Amino acid sequence: MTSPEARTVAVWRKLVPFRVHVKGQGPAVVFFHGPWGVTWDAFLDALARRFTVYAPEHPGTTPGEPETIQHVQSLWDLVLCYDELLDQLGVSTASFVGHSFGAMVACEVAALRPSRVGKLALLDPIGFWRDDAPVVNWTLVAPAELPKWVFHDPDGAAAKKLFAILEDREEAALARTRLSWAMGCADKFVWPIPDKGLKRRIHRIEATPTLLMWGEHDRLVPLVYEQEFRRHLTRARVEIVKRAGHAPHLEQAAEAATVVAQFLAG
Amino acid sequence: MKICAFHLMPHRELPADFEQRYPSVWVTPPWSELADARRVGQYYNWTLDELLAAARAGFDGVCTNEHHQNAYGFMPSPNLMGSVLAKQTNDLDVAIVQMGMTLPTTTPPIRVAEEYGMLDCISGGRLVAGLPLGSPMDVNLAYGITPMEHRERYREAFELVLKAWQAPDIFAWNGKYFQLAQVNLWPRPIQTPHPPVWVPGSGSISTFDFAVERNVCYCFLSYAGGKAARTMMQGYWDVVAKHGLDANPYRAGFLQLVAVSETDAKAEAEYARHVEYFYHKCLHVPPHWLSPAGNQDYRSLLAANRNPVRRQENTKELRYRDFLEKGYVIAGSPATVRDRLMDEVVKALHVGNLMLLVQIGSMPHELTLKNIDLLAREVLPALRDVWEDEGWENHWWPERLRKPRRDPVGVA
Repeated sequence: MTSPEARTVAVWRKLVPFRVHVKGQGPAVVFFHGPWGVTWDAFLDALARRFTVYAPEHPGTTPGEPETIQHVQSLWDLVLCYDELLDQLGVSTASFVGHSFGAMVACEVAALRPSRVGKLALLDPIGFWRDDAPVVNWTLVAPAELPKWVFHDPDGAAAKKLFAILEDREEAALARTRLSWAMGCADKFVWPIPDKGLKRRIHRIEATPTLLMWGEHDRLVPLVYEQEFRRHLTRARVEIVKRAGHAPHLEQAAEAATVVAQFLAG
Repeated sequence: MKICAFHLMPHRELPADFEQRYPSVWVTPPWSELADARRVGQYYNWTLDELLAAARAGFDGVCTNEHHQNAYGFMPSPNLMGSVLAKQTNDLDVAIVQMGMTLPTTTPPIRVAEEYGMLDCISGGRLVAGLPLGSPMDVNLAYGITPMEHRERYREAFELVLKAWQAPDIFAWNGKYFQLAQVNLWPRPIQTPHPPVWVPGSGSISTFDFAVERNVCYCFLSYAGGKAARTMMQGYWDVVAKHGLDANPYRAGFLQLVAVSETDAKAEAEYARHVEYFYHKCLHVPPHWLSPAGNQDYRSLLAANRNPVRRQENTKELRYRDFLEKGYVIAGSPATVRDRLMDEVVKALHVGNLMLLVQIGSMPHELTLKNIDLLAREVLPALRDVWEDEGWENHWWPERLRKPRRDPVGVA
């Protein structure tokens, strides 16, 4: 796996410097990461074999730039920041892939300018609310328990990588801080209930070909939410990934990448 | 020295296995399984009677505070309590200390300025205006405020309330969180330019700076006692000195749990189970709820992760004698309580505004009255003149009440 290029693109009157991981060749794919930040992983690397993958870091999650989040006050600000970013990257059309919180952001950015978006792949997305199946607030879960909530196998390699306990004290303190801060930066746009009006705007992307991918054992966002998304997205199909929780692209990277790449290429 | 009686209004009759059966005393305890509205009405009336007894017995002030969705202390509106207390103490030199109405959850926050204005008018200018940030359980979990916006929202609300009390003319407030085109406060408080402001905190360094920069009284609401608070309070006094301000002890308040009986042995017999109930049940909260992601700023979060303060003691493993020995609670005969309060709290922390938690956990009404009575008659007189001899003026106390009260009579 070769490292992606890290490109910094400042938007929002240069107050929001997005760091974007870029790799690959072919049609553009933009990846919107979830509430725990982004690291270049096997899933993104596999996509980069067929596509040019752009993986921006959500404001505030870039190492050394935690205060950037203060310049993005609302979901509307956030959507426009991404719109400016894609303009500056020269990405006039792209497919969007989003995970969890990032999938909600992907839908919102797509709904702003539907003509920009070819296809949409949503991995365990949030964005709706059902009283009979509440989305679990990851911030209120005990930190030590979080791997159990995010992964089907909390002792597996993917869980160990995302929630690594580092030996070096300074590195460990930084990692804990970044992980917690990344959740805070996502929570800013979804607290306390992740239904922030997507239901009123999602009709704008109703006809976008959409893949809904769900980990079979997602404990944070119950599988019933695929019904909510399908109700609004008439061309959506569902793909369930076995032996995966809330992050199928991390836990079953090869399978998830194959399914997503075939969908995007098809 | 000013000494107040503080009350949380807790559930006094939680089941013995509460902390095993339920995940938290805050946010999620099921009302239908744990409480009965008629019985809770009794708790509220006991609470009012206990605070009124303290006011008559000779305490300088009575304190109430705001918390939500919990069995630890459930006065969602401290001002409902404060208004009864204000009316019923109009013949006494007692301050109504609201510790108080939570700013970030009150929308629009001029409601705080209005209700405090009412309390100051009703009490004839005896209000102390506590302006708390509120706990994450109250503000983020129960009231849905985004953790990352909690402190910023507080700061804006604080400035708005202070301006609403003082601005001579109607003004517009075009804030980030609050927009009001015509702020014209009715009623205004009697005290000018505004009632004394106390900012309660739990030891966060950013709150020290905030309090010192605004020249208000910082109150450390700790349940771990004076011994554990020394480093923290020294940190506060260092910030005061750094700003070139005097070391007036009335710049600081401190909350201490106290229980008095005739002898040390009798205090243990009477109070031990109530103290254990408080620390085992009333503080039963998942620790990570105290600091949800985003609630602390990045620098503080990193600092906390780099140098975790000594591992928080698991109070569920401690018993009455541990709490006593470590100073969480000061209990015993009047002489024991007097001496320990003087040494471990008043002198060691350099504190002029002392708040005593006079009702602890399951402590029943009659025993609470006894505690209040012994405190007023046997303990307060020995502490009352501390700091007077050094000539400090309590600028953070209603002006008409600044002279020492001379009428400690005990509970009639």
